Amino acid sequence: MADVDNKALFEFLVRMGDNTLILGHRVSEWCGHSPILEEDIALANTALDLLGQTKMWLDYAGKVQGEGKSADDLAFLRDGWDLRNVLLVELPNGDFGQTLMRQFLFDAYHSIILGHLLKSSDDDVRAIAQKASKEVTYHLERSADTVVGLGDGTPESHKRMQAALDYLWPYVGEMFETDDIDRAMAAAGVAPEPSGLKADYDALVGRVLADATLTIPGGNYVHKGGRNGYMHTEHLGHLLCEMQWLQRAYPGCEW
Amino acid sequence: MAHPSTEQVWEWLEAVPDPEIPVLTLTDLGIIRNVDWEGDTCVVTVTPTYSGCPATSIINLDIETALRDKGLTDIELRNQLDPAWTTDWMSEKGREKLEEYGIAPPQPAGGPERCPHCGSPNVEKLSQFGSTPCKAQWRCTDCLEPFEYFKCI
Repeated sequence: MADVDNKALFEFLVRMGDNTLILGHRVSEWCGHSPILEEDIALANTALDLLGQTKMWLDYAGKVQGEGKSADDLAFLRDGWDLRNVLLVELPNGDFGQTLMRQFLFDAYHSIILGHLLKSSDDDVRAIAQKASKEVTYHLERSADTVVGLGDGTPESHKRMQAALDYLWPYVGEMFETDDIDRAMAAAGVAPEPSGLKADYDALVGRVLADATLTIPGGNYVHKGGRNGYMHTEHLGHLLCEMQWLQRAYPGCEW
Repeated sequence: MAHPSTEQVWEWLEAVPDPEIPVLTLTDLGIIRNVDWEGDTCVVTVTPTYSGCPATSIINLDIETALRDKGLTDIELRNQLDPAWTTDWMSEKGREKLEEYGIAPPQPAGGPERCPHCGSPNVEKLSQFGSTPCKAQWRCTDCLEPFEYFKCI
């Protein structure tokens, strides 16, 4: 275990866990609604992997926090302002293309950061990253293939994928924001500074989007405030309302 | 107190089927990483196949039930993530049983070697995912039967 401030480590862990929690929930909303059966199964499996990863991150976060909280407590009993996911993952699913574009933009970042976490100075972080990176490699392969298939597909699918990219792109920058917590993690060798991952991300995403015949929109504006807890979008509250309903209505309910 | 040898415990675990793919046992899958005695406690170390696999908790329950049936009372299950599970740990016997069952075993090439029904090498991918996190859907272009492929990770 690295010599690191537990408060900062906790923040880092909930950032990781909340990203997979919220995206996992969003993707699970497709269950039973996808355009074809194979995609339905694929989305449900992706959601399942993300929720499994959430359990690993949030269990460890609870241990580090030292207040006896389980992953379930952290997932179902925190309110919106305590969540630390990036805004990108809480955005609505939109159509199938928008869901897969969001997935791709996140998978690319996820696979890069997990690659670095394989060398973390923290044993638990390294173990979780080992497990998760195998699954995420698979997610990225599929979301990248689908983005290319739809982007370089029919005029209609191309138009929708470009619209999805235009909508989602301003949310990408938040994943690479670096603050004091990130600097503390980097100094302790727990995790890389997000800003340092941007070049690899741009190369990977640029290559796939070029194959998909899509154009990255211009402009530098970045929507942010999710991962540092400043302000989430209005969409998160609606999501939590559904996701946390059972534990809110019947506190401590088990089955 | 005298307790059964770890070899004996391994032998008992070899008889516990996987809840989703009952043709395989837990030892065929390679998810039992260690069996040891710590004092009078039998410690079984298990690694998950996929982090979100819903079978994980059933597997733990099945291990405990099987060992209790053999008379063990002091059992501890430990979850181990590192090193992460890989299909390389699946036994040769397990691979053969999978194919007989109609599921193509994992291949380092990333796809099935042949159709588990007719043996034809002419196969195509239908979907990267299948009915459980560990499988994908493929189809034989000769006998036209769809089949599941155990993903190689």
